[in-house]
Amino acid sequence: MKSVALTMLLILLGGMVGDRAAAQFSRQSIVLTSTTSVENSGLLAKVLPLFTTKTGIEVRVIAQGTGQALATAARGDADLVLVHDPEAEDRFIAEGHGSERRQIAWNDFVVVGPNADPAHVAGGHDAVAGLTAIAAAPAPFVSRGDKSGTDALEKRLWRKAGIDPVASGGGAWYRDIGGGMGAALNAASAMAAYTLSDRGTWLSFNNKGSLVVLIEGDPALLNRYDVILLDPVKHPDAKQPAARQLAEWLTSPEGQEAIGAYTMAGEQLFHPSASSPK
Amino acid sequence: MDLWTAFNKDDLRDIIALSLGVSLSATVLAALLGLPLGGILAVYKFPGRRPLTILLNGLLGLPPVVVGLTLYLLLSRSGPLGWLGLLFTPGGMVLAQATLATPIIGALAHRALQAPWHEYGDALLVDGASRLRAIPMLLVIARPPVLTAVLAGFGRTISEVGAILIVGGNIAGYTRTMTTTIVLETSKGNLPVAVGLGLVLIGLSIAVSATGFMLGEKGDR
Repeated sequence: MKSVALTMLLILLGGMVGDRAAAQFSRQSIVLTSTTSVENSGLLAKVLPLFTTKTGIEVRVIAQGTGQALATAARGDADLVLVHDPEAEDRFIAEGHGSERRQIAWNDFVVVGPNADPAHVAGGHDAVAGLTAIAAAPAPFVSRGDKSGTDALEKRLWRKAGIDPVASGGGAWYRDIGGGMGAALNAASAMAAYTLSDRGTWLSFNNKGSLVVLIEGDPALLNRYDVILLDPVKHPDAKQPAARQLAEWLTSPEGQEAIGAYTMAGEQLFHPSASSPK
Repeated sequence: MDLWTAFNKDDLRDIIALSLGVSLSATVLAALLGLPLGGILAVYKFPGRRPLTILLNGLLGLPPVVVGLTLYLLLSRSGPLGWLGLLFTPGGMVLAQATLATPIIGALAHRALQAPWHEYGDALLVDGASRLRAIPMLLVIARPPVLTAVLAGFGRTISEVGAILIVGGNIAGYTRTMTTTIVLETSKGNLPVAVGLGLVLIGLSIAVSATGFMLGEKGDR
């Protein structure tokens, strides 16, 4: 009796998994490694089904930080990448992993922090001055510390400010949490700390607590999103034609319109920029 | 936002089905390996049995994130098993979870079979059974603790997130399970949704355990 019931259960479950597998195999799929901001903000979930409907190509999105997304692709485990760290992208291409890069959209980074604003940076348009004030206060600051695009920008801003936050505040006011954007915002919300966030993740984040946008509008806070195709010689296993189709669709008028049409709470999250890269 | 507005019913059903499908498949695989392994350790005397037993028990604390990372390197296109094409698929996740559950089921089954082997071993051998043939008989005799061993293995698989996040990639509609969804929703700040999913997950775990016990009791009659 036991074995019969167990067998039936297994067949049932096996069938379920099998059906899914069959459905997946019946059409082509590509793996896109991307930054968490385009996935967690809901952009890709909104835009990619349009591409799949049109081409029959299913896109499997793996949301990682930019550093990890590029590393995954460098190992040969992705078919194309969508990231936002120009310097890391340059290295990726210089190392021969990427062939073509195209900008698809931009938005901006913001410095968010507690309503109470102990470092008095509210209303500022200069990120470096803001960080200098936070370090001088000193007020708690949450760092991603995960080599993501956002983390890379934060480190660049500290360098511009001439401050080594780890040396002056590591373990005290400078808190490296080693996590994604959402984890950093959760931590900042819980600790009433400042942090740097991309606008997409910030707008779609639901646990803001006392956090508000304090610094925005600095040209240094520009956030560009690029798709990069993998080099066909270095990565012969990458599904080039399908990946190229996706890159071309994202930069096509149809893809660009879909990206621009994505809003949250009435605000546009990503500004299409394929025809006029920022 | 709560659980019911955050997901449409189909997505939620898919996530739950994948969680159960992957974890139960991994548990079955781990039981097929772990139960005979526990049996062999209980009935055979061979050099290295003690170190092997200690190793098996030590692996009870196998860190999921290390298993995930190791399998990731093996299954990567640039790794030795890349040709299998299992990275970022449910199959890869089953492999990862089975790796975690096998030592648990093996070590607990070994413990469960020791006492009945002392008690009935001679009788089974006198009846003409080989030691190998005695293992399934012992597993039947020790049904309740063996069931607990298998359920402990299942508990490990359904609850872990470290290994499948790395090997599966948390791809929406393909490798996204309950636990990886909870991590994702937490990172989006959707804490009530994450907690709701957590409660559903605990409920499922209890339901599977209850089913196991009901089947076990039916077998006793």
